[in-house]
Amino acid sequence: MSVTMCRRFSASIVKKQVVAFTGLFFCLFLVGHLVGNLLILVSPEAFNKYAHALVSNPAIYAIEAVMTILFLTHVVLALKLTRENRKARGESYHLKRNTGRGATFMSDTMPYTGILIFVFLVLHILKLKYGTYYEVTYDGLVIRDLFKTMVEYFRNPLNVAFYIAAMLVVGIHVSHGLWSAFQTFGFNHPRYNGFLRKFSIIFAMVVAAGFMVLPIFCYLQGAN
Amino acid sequence: MSDIGLMNLKLKIWRQKNMTTKGKMVDYKLDGVSPDSSFLEMIDQLNEELVTKGEDPVAFDHDCREGICGMCSLMINGMAHGPESETTTCQLHMRKYKDGDTIVIEPWRARPMPVQKDLVVDRTAFDDIMVAGGFVDINVGSAPDANGLPIGKGNAELSMDAASCIGCAACVAACPNASAMLFVSAKVSQFALLPQGEVEKDQRVLNMVTKMDELGFGNCTNAAECEASCPKGIDISNIARMNREYLAASIKAH
Ligand code: FES
Repeated sequence: MSVTMCRRFSASIVKKQVVAFTGLFFCLFLVGHLVGNLLILVSPEAFNKYAHALVSNPAIYAIEAVMTILFLTHVVLALKLTRENRKARGESYHLKRNTGRGATFMSDTMPYTGILIFVFLVLHILKLKYGTYYEVTYDGLVIRDLFKTMVEYFRNPLNVAFYIAAMLVVGIHVSHGLWSAFQTFGFNHPRYNGFLRKFSIIFAMVVAAGFMVLPIFCYLQGAN
Repeated sequence: MSDIGLMNLKLKIWRQKNMTTKGKMVDYKLDGVSPDSSFLEMIDQLNEELVTKGEDPVAFDHDCREGICGMCSLMINGMAHGPESETTTCQLHMRKYKDGDTIVIEPWRARPMPVQKDLVVDRTAFDDIMVAGGFVDINVGSAPDANGLPIGKGNAELSMDAASCIGCAACVAACPNASAMLFVSAKVSQFALLPQGEVEKDQRVLNMVTKMDELGFGNCTNAAECEASCPKGIDISNIARMNREYLAASIKAH
């Protein structure tokens, strides 16, 4: 790669487009993850079999590796961009206010919600994916009883509250991130802008609310 | 003239001797400000008092005082050009304030645009970006006959909207990231949308964005504070256009 080419692909706009692309990927992932997990409402068996199908797929390691790379790319580049942004201001304002016609709470807090999501994800994977291992037998097949792990984990109302709070944070992050990704790729049209911004917020709210159902459902199961 | 309606104000103003010394906020009291005066006339009034007292007047940029040159550049109570939309500092009037108000006045803040003195910043960085590509460098002939070149109404209007940028840098000042994307994208758009500028649009967007990054401006996070603060109402669809043109141009470039 020539020097100019290197410079071109390390340009602010390209870095942002990589963050946008990986972000969009994780928006899609959220939908898949949610739809799959909602099987828990159908029956413990459906949920456990779904989880088993995922982990027993031979491609799972490759998929997990790719997702980890995409995730870390998103985080590392976003942090780098944020650091550059802080540096670009130089001396800070004595008083700085939003006009009320542009920035929102969602856009102002992207780095913070991002960091919170990162922390949540580490805990989420440790506590559930690598949480207590139970087994269950369906038609002679012994598989992991992830349902039991979930119910046990969410028996503690603090864990339920933590998950609900985390999903709120995800909702805030995605409601700015989703439309923002389109803008970063250059999609902006007066006819669709209003729709896109509303869609982002509604998408974020639906996904966040959908995921909140899971800990609440598990808690109620545990209480019975 | 009666003094009914005259206001007494408290001002907090950034004072800085020169580029090498550190500045600080200084408090002033200014009495008898007419609600009909413009914001800059209010500072003129303060300066007259300061000069009378033998003090150094507050340095600030201004030229046309009618909203077209882009020289005036004040951060007023935390907002670029004050609270009004599509209004330059020189077009802001004191009737927007009340007797007894405290007004905080600061210079634009961005590392590539350092403070020279008090409220004056060095905006050479914008010139550097223009030199990197903000021009048409091919022979496009002499002035064409009206309607001689078929240009769609839509593009003509978009190009004119982008070209209404007065280069004041309120976008950079208001941006939470001190990004210059609105300015650069307005310049990129004004050329790219017309046939004379279209020919070189790929090279132009690459060069101008590279220069912008090199100068150390921040990265856009689509907060749209720039659009909200732009005295000419330039909107962020220009930034979207620049984003896609940059991507296309950098893919095409090899
Ligand atoms: S002084 Fe010219 S725009 Fe304000």
